[in-house]
Amino acid sequence: MEPLNALVSVANFMLVPALAYGSQLALGALGITLIYSILRFAHFAHGDTMALGTAAVIGGTWFLQAQGIGIQPLPTALLALPFGILVMIGYLLTVDRMVYRYYRRVKAKPMIFVMASLGVMFVTNGITRLFMGVGETRFEDGGRFLFTVREFREWTGLAEGLALRSAQALTIITALVVMMVLFWFLNRTRAGKSMRAYSDNEDLALLSGINPERVVMITWIITAILLVLAGTLYGLDKGFRPFNYFQLLLPMFAAAILGGLGSPIGAIVGAYVVAFAEMGITYAWRRVFTYLMPEGLEPTSMMQLLPVDYKFAVTFAILVIVLLFRPTGIFKGKVL
Amino acid sequence: MSLTARDLGLFAVMGVVLAMVAMFQSPQLAITILNMSLISAIMALGVNMQWGYAGLFNVGIMGFTAVGGLAVVLIAQPPVPEAWAAGGLGIMLGLMLGVATILASVIVYKRMAPGRLRGFAIFGVLVVGYLLTSQVFGPAKLAVQAVNPASEGYLGGANLPVILSWPVGAVFAAGVAWLIGKISLGLRSDYLAIATLGISEIVIAVLKHERWLARGVNNVTGIDRPVTRPVDLQPLPWVQDLAETLGWSVSQTASVISGLGYSGLFLIVLGILIWLAERALNSPWGRMMRAIRDNEVSARAMGKDVTRRHLMIFVLGSAVCGLAGAMMVSMDGQITPGSYEPLRFTFLIWVMVIVGGSGNNWGAVLGAFVIWFLWVQVEPAGRWFMDMATSGMAETSELRRHLLDSAAYMRLLTMGLALLLMLRFAPRGLIPER
Repeated sequence: MEPLNALVSVANFMLVPALAYGSQLALGALGITLIYSILRFAHFAHGDTMALGTAAVIGGTWFLQAQGIGIQPLPTALLALPFGILVMIGYLLTVDRMVYRYYRRVKAKPMIFVMASLGVMFVTNGITRLFMGVGETRFEDGGRFLFTVREFREWTGLAEGLALRSAQALTIITALVVMMVLFWFLNRTRAGKSMRAYSDNEDLALLSGINPERVVMITWIITAILLVLAGTLYGLDKGFRPFNYFQLLLPMFAAAILGGLGSPIGAIVGAYVVAFAEMGITYAWRRVFTYLMPEGLEPTSMMQLLPVDYKFAVTFAILVIVLLFRPTGIFKGKVL
Repeated sequence: MSLTARDLGLFAVMGVVLAMVAMFQSPQLAITILNMSLISAIMALGVNMQWGYAGLFNVGIMGFTAVGGLAVVLIAQPPVPEAWAAGGLGIMLGLMLGVATILASVIVYKRMAPGRLRGFAIFGVLVVGYLLTSQVFGPAKLAVQAVNPASEGYLGGANLPVILSWPVGAVFAAGVAWLIGKISLGLRSDYLAIATLGISEIVIAVLKHERWLARGVNNVTGIDRPVTRPVDLQPLPWVQDLAETLGWSVSQTASVISGLGYSGLFLIVLGILIWLAERALNSPWGRMMRAIRDNEVSARAMGKDVTRRHLMIFVLGSAVCGLAGAMMVSMDGQITPGSYEPLRFTFLIWVMVIVGGSGNNWGAVLGAFVIWFLWVQVEPAGRWFMDMATSGMAETSELRRHLLDSAAYMRLLTMGLALLLMLRFAPRGLIPER
């Protein structure tokens, strides 16, 4: 019986990665939920826009690396973030201008918006692949680990080790900071309050002199920031492949719906639930139980509930349970 | 059937374009485009039922076509007796146990009073059921996959005529659609979209990883075909005579004839489906569907059960997609789960429906032809364009090579632009609903 070793093993293979993955999902799901509550449609281009934003950051990183500029031990990509964010703000505002604004003016049905976002998805996808191809690109540089398994073992003298990759630590910290700033913005500033008012009751907001186009613009700007951060952190953590970003769409939507579409706090909670469920159910628990069970009772099987290939099935099961039992999500949606 | 002179003209133009492909590129290419267009047209028809008649947004077309494709393997392939002996019984028993677990938890949910006790009971049923199922299923699956893994390693099919797999594929897809529809219809309209997106990913994941079912990523090849293969046609005297008259090589003639055989089969299916769809659309049932789509609230006020009708049309449309999926697999003679991509199998079909004209069956068919033609031809055109655009650069230029390599992705861009432009400037499509 070695509970400490068990704990470290779980932390290393499940808790830390799930926390990082959950933070990345949360940033993405926040964007989906914001767009849903202000523009009132499900933004299907989200994953691919994330990929494009990451591509911009990678481009910036390469440029900086070629110039020999870096911030060791942190990844150079962090320096390129502002560039990526500016590019994506420009891109999203242009798209809004050229595509969505017309449908807002003619008050099209939400499904038409979704369809348009499908077209945007195609175009964005094409642009990303034009620049990056379909293969995997790694752009993480700087110190890869805050501390490694071996260092941890030497400090603690435990049999199991715990490593913390700098990309993971960065993700978790950035996500925390961004969430706090976002809530401060929504609750304390004038622009944030007007966004909440607009989401709550469009007519009343218009009546009290809130400019809808301005609200929409701010929404896209915030979305761009969230997207680029989420995409870059995900890419630093797991490498950049356009198709993986498309596949993030399902967990991000599941997170937003689980939390309640339109509720930012819900999106965050939902993202962590999805991440921990995915990781926990596809994790082989054998090692942990070997430490926990008394001598002679160690498990012989992998103790894995589902193979890793089915992590989408976990997300989907969560989605189904939410739809069946509580379609409004944990935090009743539609309140910003 | 209501086709105006303009619509016929559009179809005629499409025919001329295909004829030009046959003349200037190659007859085989024209036939390949034609056959895939016909299959796409059937998929588009299915989507058009869901979107055009009822306003349902299905983003899981890929999943339904793949399920249809699975039917071909399960129907047409010969069974593998060793695999059945090794673990067939265990797999069947495992599947039944899995279903029984879910049924048991549903019964517990319905019979017991709401409360904490019910939660624990359901949890207990699921845990016990899971353990039992995995104990039975796991070893059986491994045993089956160990049987001659290089060429078999799966249970095989029922060894029935391959044509039979088409309706079976439709039934499979309908079953999946019923489950999804039951869960997500009647809620907010975006939920169906997200649920279908999820199920299509899962269907593909199952096809890829459950090797006992259809060999997973190892692919099942050499499936029986409904039309004689070109190789078997080549030695026939009349084929050789024809080749001589046309001045083509024998192999080319044989593959054109074989391709035309498929075209004939597909045309028959498409014709029957269109006839049925047009009849349905112009019947009281079709009018009710469109009334529900245009104003759900008033339809409900007239006593129509909107959710039930939606479920019905969703199942029907998905069944048509499953049929098309089965046809596609039987044309290729193989199932390759790795090749199912959402952009190609879901979103491209959507572009077809929107460009063709949602709500109009003929529109969906024309859209399928136009978009599939573009999809095939834009890639070489893009390469040619890039070649021209970069011809001033040095042969060894890194940028030039990159641009030429990425010409392949031009078609995603083109498709997206086509969708956006149609949606904005001609939302009713090439052949509008009337």
